[in-house]
Amino acid sequence: MSADQAVANGTLDVAVIGGGVVGCAIVRRLALAGWRACLLEKAPDILDGASKGNSAILHTGFDAPPGSLEARCIAEGYAEFRAIHARLGLPLIETGALVLAWDDAQEARLDDLMAKARRNGVDDVEPLSARALRALEPELAPSVKAGFRVPGEHVIDPWSTPYAYLLQAVENGALFLPRCAVTGGAFDGARWTLRTSRGQIRARLVVNAAGLHGDRVERLLTGESGFTIRPRKGQFVVFDKPAAGLCRHILLPVPSETTKGIVVCRTAYGNLLVGPTAEEQDDRERAAVDRATLERLRAAGEAILPALAGQEVNAVYAGLRPATERKDYRIAARDGLNYVAVGGIRSTGLSAALGIARHVLGLCEGLAGGAATPPERPVWPALRNIAEGRPRDWQAPGNGGIVCHCELVTRREIEEALRGPLRAQSLAGLKRRTRVTMGRCQGFYCTAELAAITAGRFARPIAGAPARDAAAGEPAERAHAG
Amino acid sequence: MPADLPATADVAIIGAGPAGLAAAVRLRERGIGHVVVLDREAEPGGIPRHCGHYPYGVREYGRLMKGPAYARRNVEAARRAGVAIFPRTTVVRLDAGPLLTVSRDDGVSQIAAGRVLLSTGVREATRAQRLIGGTKPGGVLSTGALQGLVYLEGLRPFERPVVLGTELVAFSALMTCGHLGIRPVAMIEPGAATTARWPAGLYPRLRGIPLLLGTRIEEIVGRERVEAVVVRGPDGARRTIGTDGVIVSGGFRPEATLLDASHLVRDPRTGGPEVDQFGRCSDPAFFAAGNMLHPVETAGWCWREGRAVADAIADSLAGLLPARDAVVRLETSGDMLKYVLPQVLVPDRRAAPLGRLQLRLSRPAHGTLTLRQGTDARALARIDSRPERRITVPLDRLPPLVSGQAQLALQDGPR
Repeated sequence: MSADQAVANGTLDVAVIGGGVVGCAIVRRLALAGWRACLLEKAPDILDGASKGNSAILHTGFDAPPGSLEARCIAEGYAEFRAIHARLGLPLIETGALVLAWDDAQEARLDDLMAKARRNGVDDVEPLSARALRALEPELAPSVKAGFRVPGEHVIDPWSTPYAYLLQAVENGALFLPRCAVTGGAFDGARWTLRTSRGQIRARLVVNAAGLHGDRVERLLTGESGFTIRPRKGQFVVFDKPAAGLCRHILLPVPSETTKGIVVCRTAYGNLLVGPTAEEQDDRERAAVDRATLERLRAAGEAILPALAGQEVNAVYAGLRPATERKDYRIAARDGLNYVAVGGIRSTGLSAALGIARHVLGLCEGLAGGAATPPERPVWPALRNIAEGRPRDWQAPGNGGIVCHCELVTRREIEEALRGPLRAQSLAGLKRRTRVTMGRCQGFYCTAELAAITAGRFARPIAGAPARDAAAGEPAERAHAG
Repeated sequence: MPADLPATADVAIIGAGPAGLAAAVRLRERGIGHVVVLDREAEPGGIPRHCGHYPYGVREYGRLMKGPAYARRNVEAARRAGVAIFPRTTVVRLDAGPLLTVSRDDGVSQIAAGRVLLSTGVREATRAQRLIGGTKPGGVLSTGALQGLVYLEGLRPFERPVVLGTELVAFSALMTCGHLGIRPVAMIEPGAATTARWPAGLYPRLRGIPLLLGTRIEEIVGRERVEAVVVRGPDGARRTIGTDGVIVSGGFRPEATLLDASHLVRDPRTGGPEVDQFGRCSDPAFFAAGNMLHPVETAGWCWREGRAVADAIADSLAGLLPARDAVVRLETSGDMLKYVLPQVLVPDRRAAPLGRLQLRLSRPAHGTLTLRQGTDARALARIDSRPERRITVPLDRLPPLVSGQAQLALQDGPR
């Protein structure tokens, strides 16, 4: 029986709330374990909250608190990602990272950080002199003092990764319900009844992976919350592709207690990214950039890689991390309530998601008093590659021609993203699935053609109504003949 | 089914805008047999395709046209001249040879050409490049995107936008809005004066649209769609303007991505390829013309330049051009000169397609333009101008130069 039948007849096993990378990974793990699971997302598409903007790094967990749940989930998530990424068609850019000390105080901490890495099972860290660092990264500012290399830190694609998780979940029987906001719920001792914007949903267990709204959802369901979300904003500057040639490794600073600090790294799409900042704010929805901070980030990037001066900016963005009053993840099962909270997953969520999902499956099995029967032959869908430096659709016959010239996105890629169970419902969703308009021109060339291709597909069209419906204007002159 | 791409051509032109198409016609007039124009858009014609307003074509065709008609006229002229135009054909790589790697619906192929003309035009600076703060709602468009939506797709993206910038293209944006009865609520210019000289005919259209000089957009507000902009005026005060769109106009830069992974030398000042007075790149089998050389000029300028550089290409194929060695490299000193074109001069006094030095200022300035080589300095011109305005000096006003470097400087002086 599929999950949507289970929703209809009230025999769903698990309702997962929140379509970020963590929710997508959890519903995938549940589906692969044979549970009838459903993912509820209040927005029209997944990745509308914290997972929308991060630094796209697959962390080893070398600097996580040893023995913490976070450290364990990162280690397991890292191992599983490495094992499955090729099968799902997900890019893994094997860059390695350099942790860089720029003053004596930072240099003095390097040994402790390397010891911590080894305690976290990351035993291939390698100390490097300033000279060795600059041999590895010739564009590095000469003022670098010392550092170490973490060979296992890599770059991944923050958007296609969760899409692949959810796609695999759906292809193995899970149900995805977008535009489904939870407004309340009650547990009757055997089943939850969730009130949502799409009606009542009954399920044996509820997993709260609501990210920036996790504490609110917990209060809606249980009347109280074991944690409080304190949104932490991170702003980023993305440079155009020529800048990606300026460094090979992920360049990390010596981390502080609250943040990993400002990172410089390539992206899966062949750009160079500088960020994030760490700014506390109350607003859980609004992730705004500001000029002064962006200029500061640019300067910070140039202090690390002086040749970044004069490189063109491609994009700027801000993301919100769902930090809580404590550093570690807030994952807990509530006995007698068939409820699992998955809260406080900050910047390491992308790396740890698959590990968190395994942990949550264990908690669900504990609450339900047993395991389900996994599908005999799980389905492994593979996404089409959109990362730089690997075979792309524009190289293949029948691609329909290139529409987005900066990111070389073909008409076929766009049309595929507008079809299927996880089709794009908005321009933002189409951008995340295909990269259209994400390049250096930001839509100067392809906006008009995209508006034509997506006409009638989005609740909010790319650009307004046809002009001929407007009383004021004459019909627009059409430049295409026929 | 698209027409088959040839594997070879005498001249391959990248970009079917005014410069590329005019060059193609001229090459055929000069008797070049196989001229192909490759364009990545669905329809050839370039930017004028979506500039649905006057004035185009007066000097080229002796009549006043709107952009789309002008674009069609250029395309027809090329087809009549026997030029093969391939739309939806994206050049993805340039190699010495010249060898072009091309992507189309049917995949990747290569064209070996005798000569290549780069005429890939310009694009505008984006919101991101200007580091404008705020959220990222829909309704923030470059003029190019706006005009594509309006003139190519017949859409109406907003009702009461603000226009950022006062280059000529900003007035083109106003005309596009006027075409649909869209009423901009403000025109916002960070500088102390408008960048473009206001063409007199635009005054009436502008009436009623407040022009905010010395004003920056600090923040764009809105979740799904633009709701307001927060601006900071010359007095430092912030205020909010309700609006449903932002037209981010101007700040042109060459669409010169193809240079990034190529062997051709790029001029960081123009952002385009480094050329000599014949429009010839550092690899003399490659030429360039039009706005990729000089952000930004009018379509007519690009058209004439395309024709002129085509003559140089024909001469080059006939072995008539002087070698591009022992060149004079023009450097700019000081921060007032934004760029100079051509960047290198072959010491040869014959008439050349780039027969004038083309300069732009990085800030409003006035003074004397001097050229210095070694101990010789010569005043070339008096200049009193603003950024983004055309400044030219005939090459025959230059003193004889020897290979090596020569410095151009603008020395402050009385108006």
